Amino acid sequence: MAKVVVDGIEVEVPNGATVLQACEAAGKEIPRFCYHERLSIAGNCRMCLVEVEKAPKPVASCAYPVADGMVVKTDSPMVRNARRGVMEFLLINHPLDCPICDQGGECDLQDQAVAYGMDRSRYHEPKRVVKDKYMGPLVKTIMTRCIQCTRCVRFASEVAGVPELGATSRGESMEIGTYVEKALTSELSGNLIDICPVGALTSRPYAFVSRPWELRKTDSIDVQDATGTNIRIDNRGPEVLRILPRVNDDVNEEWMADRGRFSFDGLKRKRLDRPWLRVDGKLKPVSWAEAFRAVATKLKATAPDRIGAVAGDLVDVESVFALKSLMTALGSANLDCRQDGAAIDGSRRDFYLFNSGIAGIDRADALLIIGSNPRVEAPVINARIRRRQVAGRFPVGVVGPVGLNLTYAYDHLGEGTATLRTILDGTHRFAEVLKNAKNPMVILGRGALARPDGAAVLAAAWAIAKAADALRPDWHGFNLLHHFGGQVGALDLGFLPGAGGKDLGAMLNGGADVLWLLGADGFDPAAIAPGTFVIYQGHHGDRAASRADVILPGAAYTEKDATYVNTEGRAQRAWLAVHAPGDAREDWRIIRAAGEGLGVRLPFDDLAQLRAKMIEAVPILGQPFAPRGCEDTTGPAGDVAGLSAAPFALPIAQYHLADAIARASDVMAECARTYGEVPALQAAE
Amino acid sequence: MSGDLRKDGVQSPGGGWGATHAGDQQHDLQPTHFQFDAESNAEIEKILARYPAGKQASGTIPLLYVAQRQMKRQTGSAWVPRVAMDAIAARLGIPPIRVYEVATFYFMFNTRPIGRFHLQVCGTTPCMLRGSDDVLRACKDAGHLKGYGDTSPDGLFTLTEVECLGACVNAPVLQVDDDYYEDLDYDRTVALIEALKRGERPNPGSTIGRQTSAPEGGPLTLTEIPVVHARSGAGE
Repeated sequence: MAKVVVDGIEVEVPNGATVLQACEAAGKEIPRFCYHERLSIAGNCRMCLVEVEKAPKPVASCAYPVADGMVVKTDSPMVRNARRGVMEFLLINHPLDCPICDQGGECDLQDQAVAYGMDRSRYHEPKRVVKDKYMGPLVKTIMTRCIQCTRCVRFASEVAGVPELGATSRGESMEIGTYVEKALTSELSGNLIDICPVGALTSRPYAFVSRPWELRKTDSIDVQDATGTNIRIDNRGPEVLRILPRVNDDVNEEWMADRGRFSFDGLKRKRLDRPWLRVDGKLKPVSWAEAFRAVATKLKATAPDRIGAVAGDLVDVESVFALKSLMTALGSANLDCRQDGAAIDGSRRDFYLFNSGIAGIDRADALLIIGSNPRVEAPVINARIRRRQVAGRFPVGVVGPVGLNLTYAYDHLGEGTATLRTILDGTHRFAEVLKNAKNPMVILGRGALARPDGAAVLAAAWAIAKAADALRPDWHGFNLLHHFGGQVGALDLGFLPGAGGKDLGAMLNGGADVLWLLGADGFDPAAIAPGTFVIYQGHHGDRAASRADVILPGAAYTEKDATYVNTEGRAQRAWLAVHAPGDAREDWRIIRAAGEGLGVRLPFDDLAQLRAKMIEAVPILGQPFAPRGCEDTTGPAGDVAGLSAAPFALPIAQYHLADAIARASDVMAECARTYGEVPALQAAE
Repeated sequence: MSGDLRKDGVQSPGGGWGATHAGDQQHDLQPTHFQFDAESNAEIEKILARYPAGKQASGTIPLLYVAQRQMKRQTGSAWVPRVAMDAIAARLGIPPIRVYEVATFYFMFNTRPIGRFHLQVCGTTPCMLRGSDDVLRACKDAGHLKGYGDTSPDGLFTLTEVECLGACVNAPVLQVDDDYYEDLDYDRTVALIEALKRGERPNPGSTIGRQTSAPEGGPLTLTEIPVVHARSGAGE
């Protein structure tokens, strides 16, 4: 530890810390542009100059290591003068287009120019202009505004793992760009907008839409992947205008995946905003009362064991709990939340969680990925794996399709289950690697379970983790990577076939006369047996709604107070940002009202009561998150012997079109076109 | 080059930087493929042996030279097309953008085709004081060049201005490709260019017969054979 005096305040910081960090520890604000806590230090903007006693010149505090006994001044005349000078230079080539700049109002340069700059410019010569660069459909560039802090260059190569950005030419001709015109191939490209301290990189969909002070900000959770990214929803009136990540070091740090960030325009399109009822083969708009009457009539006339319910991928735990309560009250055990047919064993929580925790990746020292492409299934988690990999001594093995670009180096071990067998019996070289690691990790993609031998794959992955001594009270190395924000919550609530209940496959194949789909768009509705009465409750007129006999319009994740559980089992709360459109209602209310029509009074009248009941039933949902070790190494049901020879296929072929909201989004459609994403079926041909 | 031409049409300083550096991709000029030939491969092997494993990125600049020389051999124009930069990146196992950054930073690398001979006039203070304006004028006249950044109609010469070449003692200096021609004036520059046109390659160095950087007309000091004294201390 080093003792440093900053403006008369003595602070103690670790050796190797920078002067800037010491100043922050002392509560002093240091202006900066190029410095970013999560990127490497560049030291090229010079805005963070401070005075260090005995140093002849001002020093760039972001790149200057502390020494014991250092005396730093952050507000001396010399520092103020130096900052003014730097600011004047930065503004020499910066256009004065703040009134038409999208960054206006939340611009580091604007704020710091006011705080630390001069009130006038002495520069009268012409300013330089830089041609705008193309960086894909999401990031808009106005390169004349660029102050060349190189944050974007460092983000692309260090965090996103796509070293495609660079600074070409030099001096006044220096430009940031890809040199070769092409869209940035990253699922994290939206973060470039956040880290750009000026208005050079802004959001293309948000261009000229709003000013930050006009927006109402609501904390929420991204449900479009299973990371559980903490987000902030900005709305003006009834419209969501943008979505930004919030900082949560244990989950998403401060990054966010593109699909969650940019697909919200899908919330305005193809929405179900009023109840519909199929009359004489045609859907026709009806009132809530009529819809509930139709539901009640049908359900009353159906034997309980012929009623089934399927929960979708984006649903909140409250609505799942309400639906489960209703089904239980009706006497049906036909529940399923595994639309992809994944052979998930819900009997124990750690059979289906990302048990190491997202932050646990930093502690791991070997990784085996089975049947998953974390880059598209959970881009933020993948960035974390990448950072761990770059830090060194982190062998990564992948069993899955050939030629995946995960943005980090990995060892491709094989394509199918044969490799799993050899790892399991210890003859594979990677078995040795896992065994020698202190905290080995196995990440099993949910897609790898959605095949006939899924249970065997699950058992094999668990057995591999067990053989590598990854299942210990202090470290749980078995991880299942889910795809969407509602999947784990539904599993936690046990939305699975009860005693004598039918699973999804059985329900579809004529096992149910009435099927209640709660936001279930994850499977082809053509698979539903003809003659089945389908109640679709959800927010988008996606695949399943067209097959429905009754449509009950629900609320999307931005439109309700709700709880979501991410892939590591962290229950997080989201708040209502805007109200659902038209007659659409919060889903738990719909279910409760439908119950009323059936003469079933669900034991909650408001959200607080519902949550109390829910936590009573599943206490874990009310507890703060803590990664848990493995107390019991007994594996999930499923026999390794049942492994078939089929190679692993990846479930998400089109990253930008993977869920109902994204499929309704124009922005995502353009991304899919730009990046040439083809549907899985076409890709196979 | 977008940085060169300002909004108001004022040419920014940079001595024909735009002539040899392609800010925007010149798609019509870029070849579609590039492969190192046997000579280049032999050179590359020697170069890469200098760097420890994992530090091959250090070979970027030497390999850019190799590629530029190969282009000179093959096409007569010493430049580095983008496909060559990609080939270098592949060879070194680094992202292509890291090569683009280096190639566009240094004016020694031409990212656009140039003439057969690259005339680089030093215009920094010592050369300017000693008559680099005459050298420039001679280049324009004899090489049929309009000014910095221009390539002659016959494709023989490209003229650029460079900053100090470090040969100030023998100013003014003209660098032709990799060779320095020093102590120039108008006539000798014209003679040099005419010789180049004839396909000759005059010996590089001083054009007035100066020995390296010694005074004109021969050494003035240390002309006698020095008397050898016995070594007397560490200070000597």
